[in-house]
Amino acid sequence: MQDRMIARAKELLENGTVDRVMGWKKGEFIYDVTPAVFYTADELEKDFVMNAFTAANVSKYLIAETKKPGRILAFLKPCDSYSFRQLMNEHRVDRDNVYIVGIPSWGKADMEKIRALGITGITDITEKDGDLLVTTVMRETHAVKKYDVYLEKCKNCKSKRIVVYDELLDGENGEDVPNNRFDEVAKIEAMPPDERFAFWRGELSRCIRCNACRNVCPACSCEKCVFDNPKSGVENKAPADDFEENLFHIIRAYHVAGRCTDCGECSRVCPQHIPLHLLNRKFIKDMNELYGDYQAGETEQVRHPVTNYRDDDAEPGIVYTRGGSGR
Amino acid sequence: MQVRNEPWKPLIVAFCCNWCSYAGADLAGTNRLNYPADVKIIRVPCSCRVNPLFILRAFQRGADGVIVCGCHPGDCHYTSGNYYARRRMTLLFSMLDYLGIEKGRTRVEWVSAAEGQKFAETMNSFVETIVSLGENKRLEDLRCKTE
Amino acid sequence: MQRIGVFVCWCGSNIAGTVDVKKVAQTLGREPGVVFSADYQYMCSQSGQDLIKDSIKQYKLTGAVICSCSPRMHENTFRKAAAAAGLNPYMVEIANIREQVSWIHKDMAAGTEKAIILGRAAIAKVHLNAPLIAGESPVTKRALVIGGGIAGIQTALDIADAGFPVDIVEKSPTIGGKMAQLDKTFPTLDCAACILTPKMVEAAQHENVRILAYSEVAEVKGFVGNFTVKIRRKARYVKEDVCTGCGLCTEKCPQKKAPDEFNLGLSNRRAIYIPFAQAVPKVATIDPDYCMMLKTGKCGVCSKVCGVKAIDYTQKDEFIEENYGAIVAATGFEPIGLDKFDEFAYSLSPDVVTSLEYERLMNAAGPTGGTLLRPSDLKHPHTIVFVQCVGSRCDEKSEKGVPYCSKVCCMYTAKHAMLTREKYPDTEVYVFYIDVRTPGKNFDEFYRRAVEQYDVHYIKGMVGKVVPENGKLKVQASDLLENRQLHIDADMVVLAAAIEPDKSARPLATMLTASMDTNDFFTEAHPKLRPVESPTAGVFLAGMCQGPKDIPETVSQASACAAKVIGLLNKDRLVGNPCVAHSDELMCNGCSQCANVCPYGAITYADKEFRMPDRTTAVRRVAQVNPAVCQGCGACTVTCPSGAMDLFGFSNNQIMAEVDAICK
Repeated sequence: MQDRMIARAKELLENGTVDRVMGWKKGEFIYDVTPAVFYTADELEKDFVMNAFTAANVSKYLIAETKKPGRILAFLKPCDSYSFRQLMNEHRVDRDNVYIVGIPSWGKADMEKIRALGITGITDITEKDGDLLVTTVMRETHAVKKYDVYLEKCKNCKSKRIVVYDELLDGENGEDVPNNRFDEVAKIEAMPPDERFAFWRGELSRCIRCNACRNVCPACSCEKCVFDNPKSGVENKAPADDFEENLFHIIRAYHVAGRCTDCGECSRVCPQHIPLHLLNRKFIKDMNELYGDYQAGETEQVRHPVTNYRDDDAEPGIVYTRGGSGR
Repeated sequence: MQVRNEPWKPLIVAFCCNWCSYAGADLAGTNRLNYPADVKIIRVPCSCRVNPLFILRAFQRGADGVIVCGCHPGDCHYTSGNYYARRRMTLLFSMLDYLGIEKGRTRVEWVSAAEGQKFAETMNSFVETIVSLGENKRLEDLRCKTE
Repeated sequence: MQRIGVFVCWCGSNIAGTVDVKKVAQTLGREPGVVFSADYQYMCSQSGQDLIKDSIKQYKLTGAVICSCSPRMHENTFRKAAAAAGLNPYMVEIANIREQVSWIHKDMAAGTEKAIILGRAAIAKVHLNAPLIAGESPVTKRALVIGGGIAGIQTALDIADAGFPVDIVEKSPTIGGKMAQLDKTFPTLDCAACILTPKMVEAAQHENVRILAYSEVAEVKGFVGNFTVKIRRKARYVKEDVCTGCGLCTEKCPQKKAPDEFNLGLSNRRAIYIPFAQAVPKVATIDPDYCMMLKTGKCGVCSKVCGVKAIDYTQKDEFIEENYGAIVAATGFEPIGLDKFDEFAYSLSPDVVTSLEYERLMNAAGPTGGTLLRPSDLKHPHTIVFVQCVGSRCDEKSEKGVPYCSKVCCMYTAKHAMLTREKYPDTEVYVFYIDVRTPGKNFDEFYRRAVEQYDVHYIKGMVGKVVPENGKLKVQASDLLENRQLHIDADMVVLAAAIEPDKSARPLATMLTASMDTNDFFTEAHPKLRPVESPTAGVFLAGMCQGPKDIPETVSQASACAAKVIGLLNKDRLVGNPCVAHSDELMCNGCSQCANVCPYGAITYADKEFRMPDRTTAVRRVAQVNPAVCQGCGACTVTCPSGAMDLFGFSNNQIMAEVDAICK
């Protein structure tokens, strides 16, 4: 697929459809790929990569890129396309300045999980028939089932459908995927309150406030974050104690509620492995249950559940009485 | 800021919309309907002005309970403000519950300008709930309590 | 740093009885920024106000905190006093230590402590207050009435009588609306045309009324007092100012197959037509769907016969733009389509008609010249079944019909039944009803007359099925009171179709940023206290577009609406509430969430250029609040994720400061 993408990108550069390409760039190791913009065929040939580790959601980069002159080619995976659609709904990206080639995604691998299998001294990883072949300095080759090392966001993939594109690399679109992404939320809901509190305190107190979650999140793309703004009253840049982290993450989750497409980037990039997606999914689950199913970015939607209402919405007291949250 | 050495008294912040609930509180006063002095009211134009940040901030600074009062659904002075507030508060309260914060520390109550009685009753029962829950330890920021 | 004065009121013994006012004044006097504090028996009295004024001047106060009764009581008093002393009135905050403290807490120590805390919160807020100046905007002294039915005509006439120019925009070729199609009106049975057409003429002749018939609103910009409206004047292909309405063209036109809308398609008209004899303006209109000249370029008869050369086949839609201070929506209603009600055989038999069609069949100017003949064979019907609540009061979940009561059907059905029996005593008349609802002056008497004097058979129950068979309509129905099934061989069935808002209302509401309920009726600003205003300032409501109502109610609402419009137009300038939202353009993402929750449509977006730190320029979409439209609820401020949207007078910072002061 990488070759086909490079070939198509070169064509589109050549025929003037676009003047640059948003994609992923090789790093020192196969697994450290970063989103990058390519300007020439040479650059594409040299550095453009598409493999099991190109998980990064590039949609957020397009906020800045589509404001620049010219037109950019963006390869969007299904989950990226939801984020992009949502950014379109929020008028954050200029659709006319981007040419979107939808690419299928078969799931991305989590390097931590490969390492957790006990494989050390990894020199190379190649893909073969849905498996990963991991080569080590000892010249051993381990076959790893990709499913076993999926990123959380891929394990609970919600859709293989690309919701916005100019063309599809494969010519055909994927479909929504049945998933159990709310199971873990339900599990936490079922804990006694003290246990829930202990769970979250344990998770959130590990936060080092590196802001990676905020920086990667396509919904967290404010011109200026409230946490950086002295006028907001909650300005707070550095980690201070456990409570601050509670606050930061609650507010962050609240601010993206209704706009979060559940792309899972926050948890993917967290160096402390805090399951941040469980906060976002809690909001999504609540909104689905209380206000009807809603998927941010899926359609051209003017109002999301938090900026909408019905006369007969549930009263806030329902939080304490409805089932599912064992107490 | 001082180290607290008096016996604990609950601290309750009540956000009241200007048009219904604040007037309801006034009516409770006019009718001399007693409720504990632990309740401190902040006037906002509409319940939809209450940012979840304000509530979190109150807890951070040591509030033991926060209650938001607005016009009854359908009666909002601004037609739809309390409907937005209802969704926002529902989601926030659910999240706080999810994080293991005791249920009952937050409440939304619709109080009209004619419901002085209901205002006083609501405050009495809310204070009772907070007293039974005890001090808010889970959300407060300890640095705000001690030098 | 502010220089704040604190003024603690005793309110006689009302406050001082349970709050140690001296201690409150002293303690608050030591708060940072407080340069003066005092207590006084009656702060609202003249001498109390003088104390405030003098202190403001003497201590050069930049802010004042009054610890007194509820701000709902005296906030304005103290703001005015401050303003008189040269302090911006919005630099005054009230700590409510009477209703919230002294009147409810009996314990002096606890009350005093709470009063001090509330005072501190007010001081903390004043520290962050900024002088606010209410914006002013001029008022264009001209009103637009959208819809030329009885509601629109009455509103326009009342506004015009008060001396303000009014434009009526009507989408059909003539004003008059649905009332013009009615035969008689309940409960007095006077003829609709006899009471309506004089009003139409009055409107046409009024020096302050301009009728823009065959026109539609295309675009609305602006806000209360300052609307700019683009109006599409549809091509009539007849010069309106030249045509004399002689009607010769409508007799000579060879195309006779166009359905006559005025008679609801029960008869045909020519391709060039005048809707009815008393139409206003009385000018001909060419129907481009039927005119041979416009379709094929061959004919031109009307042009040849027209003595004044009014025909212009080359006419195009024109747009005019006009400024208005107030807009009235009076878009009216239409009966619901009955395509989902096959059980009543409406689409199967021409003898199943709607009540409005029945009006035309009874009307002397109708297709049958006022003789009741059934449409299929033009014979006199001997058995007529009326069915009420067709599509009204349906289950909310059902696919067809509307959930509300259409309100007028019970009365007009009683009218139809009565008139039919009066004119044709040999006719058997059955009325099937769920309930008969007759609240209104002389309404119940009217209905009882139909039952008692005219022997109309009122049967509680619903018609289940109507089957056309051998020239008859087999009606199957249930009689709930007798608990039996009925089979009636009827000659005609008349369906009281539910009414719904006119289809033009929804797009109009979008243009006006006026809100609608789930049934597409316009929402009033307050259901009890502001029933003729829309929540959007400057937009008013008259007639059925706001909810089902009969003619007297419509006329009363129209006049009430006119009174509101006159009140607005009478002002030279509108003074706004300065406590409105505003957006910090440097922080705004332009994401539109604020506009989505704004109930007033006060927020618009503009692309603005920004200088970036690297000296380049970037164009960003940013939100802008129109302070004349914003009512200051603050819904947008909480929706805004970046905190760019804030509210003057109740800013994020100010409320946070109050929270902090209380939680100290």
